Amino acid sequence: MTVVNLADAQIHVDSEGFLTEYSEWTEALAVQLAAQIGIQLTDEHWKVLRFLRSDYPAHGETATLRRVSTLAGVPVKQLFTLFPGKPAKKMAYVAGLPKPRGCV
Amino acid sequence: MTTTDSMPLVVPDFGDQASEGRKLAIICSKGNLDMAYPGLILANAALGEGVETHLFFTFWGFDMITKSRMSDLKFTMLGNTATHLPQGLGGLPGMTAMATHQLKKQINDIGVPDVPEFLEQIVASGGHLWACRMSADMMQLDEADLHEEVEGIISATDFIEKTEGAQLLFI
Repeated sequence: MTVVNLADAQIHVDSEGFLTEYSEWTEALAVQLAAQIGIQLTDEHWKVLRFLRSDYPAHGETATLRRVSTLAGVPVKQLFTLFPGKPAKKMAYVAGLPKPRGCV
Repeated sequence: MTTTDSMPLVVPDFGDQASEGRKLAIICSKGNLDMAYPGLILANAALGEGVETHLFFTFWGFDMITKSRMSDLKFTMLGNTATHLPQGLGGLPGMTAMATHQLKKQINDIGVPDVPEFLEQIVASGGHLWACRMSADMMQLDEADLHEEVEGIISATDFIEKTEGAQLLFI
């Protein structure tokens, strides 16, 4: 595990750069994480991120695209627009959560 | 070095450039419920990884996109030793319906959509659905009989042409 500085905070990350401590995430940090991968957060992004954050402790794993679309009501198509390329991994990264392990 | 030392920031490599130009072609040739899912799940996974994905539905796989049948695909124990039940049981009246009901429930329980909804999700993720011309002719079906998201009825040659350079899965 590595400790890095971002947004005036020290955070623990894994070898790929994903946060490993749920409690170290803040909204200010999310803005910085998003900027690292070229995403400027809008209200739509925040809706997804807040869902991911609130779902994780209860569900025990990062929500997949399918779970976000059905439970948070954000269509899959929009998720691909908000987090282009690899939406599930990018969402998890910005939300300070591990990569989703579910298949669908 | 101890873990309390601060290291340079690590940013995940989402490989946006690497996946550009990567293509996957999936040929779905089976109409059994259990054989419909592998193609759908792999297509969904590939799309989530930024891979351009095309599915070609042919022969029995045509059932997966035929409106009158796609919600009613079946699973049978017959000929499937992986259920580890006596084969004779599978032939009893009602067993296919029971096995189908059970499999559908298991799929639903883990939050995986049914076939028509899964096709919608694949298209929403940027996937392309193609119907086989020969299968349509044999079964005397046209666009009106197929899932709305199917882009067209095309020949095998057209599909091979569209998926030039793609990795290919035959299911």
